[in-house]
Formats: sequence, C-alpha cells, structure tokens
Amino acid sequence: MAFEFTAENKKKFEEVVKRYPQRRAAMLPTLWLAQEQHGWISPEVMEYVAKLLELTPAKVYEVVTFYTMFNLKPVGEYHFQVCRTLSCQLCGAEGITEHLKKKLEVPLGGTSADGKYSLSEVECLGSCGTGPMLQLNDEYHENLTAEKLDALIGSLK
Amino acid sequence: MEKILTKNFELKNSHTVEVYESTGGYRSLKKLFAMQPNDVIEEVKKSGLRGRGGAGFPTGMKWSFVPQNIPKPKYLCVNADESEPGTFKDRYIMELDPHRMIEGIIICSYAIRANTAYIYIRGEFVFPKQRIDAALAEAYKKGYLGKNILGSGYDLEVYVHRGAGAYICGEETALMESLEGKRGWPRLKPPFPAVVGLFGCPTVINNVETVSALPYIMENGADAYKKFGTEKSPGTKMFSVSGHVNKPGNYELPLGYPLKKLIYEDCGGMKDGKALKAVIPGGSSVPVLTAAEAEEATLDYEGLQAKGSMLGSGGVIVMDETTDMVKALTNLAHFYSHESCGQCSPCREGTGWSHKILKRIVAGEGRQGDLDQLLAIADNMMGKTICVLADALAMPIQSYLKKFRKEFESYLCQP
Ligand SMILES: Cc1cc2nc3c(=O)[nH]c(=O)nc-3n(C[C@H](O)[C@H](O)[C@H](O)COP(=O)(O)O)c2cc1C
Ligand code: SF4
Ligand code: FES
Repeated sequence: MAFEFTAENKKKFEEVVKRYPQRRAAMLPTLWLAQEQHGWISPEVMEYVAKLLELTPAKVYEVVTFYTMFNLKPVGEYHFQVCRTLSCQLCGAEGITEHLKKKLEVPLGGTSADGKYSLSEVECLGSCGTGPMLQLNDEYHENLTAEKLDALIGSLK
Repeated sequence: MEKILTKNFELKNSHTVEVYESTGGYRSLKKLFAMQPNDVIEEVKKSGLRGRGGAGFPTGMKWSFVPQNIPKPKYLCVNADESEPGTFKDRYIMELDPHRMIEGIIICSYAIRANTAYIYIRGEFVFPKQRIDAALAEAYKKGYLGKNILGSGYDLEVYVHRGAGAYICGEETALMESLEGKRGWPRLKPPFPAVVGLFGCPTVINNVETVSALPYIMENGADAYKKFGTEKSPGTKMFSVSGHVNKPGNYELPLGYPLKKLIYEDCGGMKDGKALKAVIPGGSSVPVLTAAEAEEATLDYEGLQAKGSMLGSGGVIVMDETTDMVKALTNLAHFYSHESCGQCSPCREGTGWSHKILKRIVAGEGRQGDLDQLLAIADNMMGKTICVLADALAMPIQSYLKKFRKEFESYLCQP
C-alpha cells in the first residue's frame, strides 16, 4: 500500500525543509511526521521519505534502523518503555518490568494479541532522580510503585 | 547561596516570558549588542566558564577557534541530548526556565557571529520540547529572535531538531551527522567542529547548562561569576543526584562543594540509614569512588581528578552497602554495548565482549581468568577509537575491578 503525507503534513514538511541548507537534514523531522501519521515506519514510508528528500531508499533505511525510536513494526496503542539503566535499577526497575509483564500479560519486547499493549526496556531516559520510571507513549511516569502502576493501567481501560 | 541557573525554578509559571522578564530576563541583550562580538568572547573567557556537557572545555576559548575571516555561515548547536546515565539537569532547565537557555543562545550566537542555531534535543524529551517550542514562539513575538533583534541589526533563527533515540548523538560530531540526516556516527577529529562542523561550516557545540550560564555572565560580568566556585573551576554547576539518598534531585552548587555535604546534608543522607559504599560522581562514564574517597572529594574539575575520577556531566549516582557492584558494572556494560555505534572494532567488540563476560560472571559461571580478560579488553579500548564512548566503559571496568575486586572474585567458580 503506497504511503503519502496528508495535506497538512505535506505543508509541515515544506516548512521543515526550509530550516536547513541541505534537504537531507530534514530526515529526522520528516520521519517523525511519518511515524506520527502512520504509527510505524514501513518500507513504503521509507520509499516515500526517500523520494521527498531526493535520496535512495537505502539512505533512509540506514537512518531508520540506527535510531531506537523509529518503529520498524507496528506497536501497541499503549507502549510501556521501562528504563533499565543503573540509577533506575538501583531503585527497583526490575520489579517494575516484572509487574508489567504479569499485569499486561505481554512478554518483554512484545505486543498483546489485541494490539493494545507493548512492553519494552529502554536505556536511561534522563529521569534518574525519580526512578524507577517509564515512558508511556509520550509521557513520563516517575517514582513508580506497584500501586501506581496498577492505577496507571486502570486508567487506560 | 545565590543561584544562577535554578533561581527561578520555584516561581510559578517560571517557563513563561513574562515571569522570566520580571526577574531581569533578556536584560543582558542591550549590553550584548553594545559590545563587539570579540569582546563578548573575551568576557566569557575571563569568566572561566567551562563546558558543562562532560568534557569541561573552556567555553570562551572554544568560541575563539571559530574562524571569522571566511565567508561561510557559522552555526551554534545546543546539545540537549542529555543521555549520560545519571544526568537529568538539562531537562529541568528546559522545562522550568527555557528562556534562560534562549537568552544564552542569543549571546553565544552573537559572539561567534552565527545567524542560525539548532537545539538538538533527545527524542524522548517530548514535554521539554513543548516548553521550548512555546518559549521560542514567545521570544520571536517579543522580538528577541528573528530579524534585526531589538533594532541591533543582528538576525538569529533558532530551530529545534528532535533526535530519535541514540546515546551517541550526544557526542558532538555524531550530533552534527545526525542533524545532517545521517546515522549518528562520530567523525574523526581533526578537523574540529569550530572549523569544519555542521554542513561543513564553522560550528560551536555547547551544552544546555553551559549556554544557560551566559545571561548571568553578560549581565553581571565575569568577575561576579568568578566569585562562585574555586579559582580553577569558577561558577556554579548543577548536580543531578540519584540512587540511594533520601532526597534525590538537582542541586545547583558552587564548584568545589564537598561531595560529603551534598549527600549527607543537601540530599538528606542515605536512604534507610544505610552505609555509603560507592559514588559515581560525574555520570556513568567516569571512574567510581569508594565511600572513603567520596567523603573526601570536592566537586570541581581538579578535586575529582585528584581522586582519580572526573566531574563529567555532574550526574552523581549514590550506592549504598547493599549494592552489588558486579551487577552495577554489568548494567553499564549492557548500556555501552547497546549504544556503541559500531564504527570502531575495539569499541564494538570490546563493549560486547565485556558485557558477555560480565553476564557470565553474574550468572555464577565466571572463570578464573575472566577478570584479567576484562582488564585486557579495557586496555584495548582506552584511547584507541574515534570517540571516547569506548573509554566510557573502559574506565568503569578498570575502577570497579580495582576498587571492588574481591566482590568480583567471590562470584567466580572456584578452581
Ligand atoms: C559518548 C558521548 C556522549 C555525550 N553525550 C552528551 C550529552 O548527552 N550532552 C552533552 O551536552 N554533551 C555530551 N557529550 C559531550 C559532547 O561531545 C560535547 O563535549 C559537549 O556537548 C560540548 O558542550 P560544552 O563544551 O558546553 O560542554 C557526550 C560525549 C560523548 C563522547
Ligand atoms: S568509539 Fe564506539 S561509539 Fe565512538 S565512534 Fe567508535 S564505535 Fe562509535
Ligand atoms: S537511569 Fe533511569 S532515567 Fe536515568
């Protein structure tokens, strides 16, 4: 299925390109726009972005696969990303991941069958003083406890 | 103590231009535009301000390397990638006082004669980015950015560029590659960014906190700034404290502050009254300190160097007596092997091997030669790669093994 920006995103793209003296520099902002619209970066998206930026698809592919935040496959409606790095580990990050695995019934790195939840571990999110913490879609949730997690999951139903 | 960077943090709506202006914000610009760019550079040199992103390079000196006799455009990149484990200070500046950073951007850009600045912010920082976007819109509306700022004839455009998840993009040359739309692969130096940087043009890369110290220096002068801190490490610095203390968080302190006082007084002491075991004083990449070393250390470039560590980014990770140092190092090895960009074999293989060996040790399957093997790998990583990410794991390996060797040995299978 071919991918194309919505009229609104086409306009945004034209604005973004003007910020840089080289077209290729619009790569990350363009991929962000595409992921916002499509949810993930499919091969069709990469081809489309390559055409917009006047590059070969390989140049887009190598960028998409380098960065962890571009999804190479669809993710759940709610994506839990638990920080696993040292400061959070010292404060009990492992327990948070275990709790989520059980509650969401999703394995680490997986998505629930209904496509609702995804669970992954990520590296330091710059929130080490309020660990353990996680990122749920765009939002940070800090100073986590089992009770807080349950309340959070409950609010998503 | 008077605060410089965090003085507005407690104010309601501190992120808005109205509140920033009401506390004297943007007042330094009048003074700035009455000065010659070179004099601004001299003033910043005189202040002794050093980079707060990790390397501690003198800021004014960095700016003076930008050649002014060539017709190419010049750029400023603000490093808001904040991803050194243990560090969470730039995020708070951007969330709570974004205009201080923007005023600093204007000062730096004017001094190096750049008309375009990019703020490279890590992709996960969605809320800080919203705050910056809003603050930039306010600043444009007030005429602090854009064409002919405050009638000075000076033009400046500032753009936010969102990263997409890669620790290495905090390294300055990887940051520029990433901004140019490529993988974040660090470049060989020289040439240095000040001469050949973004889009092949002279570029200064400065950390958010570095830039945010500039309005104070402009407004009050270098001498006022030097009243804080020590002779060799002037000024204040934000320390992000995490781990086993009662009150983790950000603390702005004059450089030279005793680490012991930070832990036991400012942070309310150790959690649950446990004993201190170790401290990583400057972000996860720097050598670890034992409790005894930490209790004697002062938080300045020289003070930490004297103790065999580094000030780094100011991320202070505090570990109590229950901490398993083998697991702590394994956690870091996982981080660095995950974040290695893979260009240099000593780093790509070295971080991966170290992680594999450490995992084996933690699983109780460590072999007698494993510790020496780890040290040999670390030795092959130090100073042998394009950027210092390899060193950033080698230093922890060396220091953990030196200072906590018994703990590692107790994990190994008996011969
Ligand atoms: C692997 C690696 C990661 C880095 N990450 C950051 C970072 O997240 N933020 C930052 O400001 N500097 C980071 N740095 C340091 C930058 O390369 C650069 O020295 C700094 O941004 C310069 O700004 P300053 O002089 O104001 O400190 C990193 C360096 C390395 C080697
Ligand atoms: S040292 Fe590691 S992270 Fe740095 S350029 Fe080499 S492979 Fe990449
Ligand atoms: S270690 Fe978890 S946010 Fe930094």
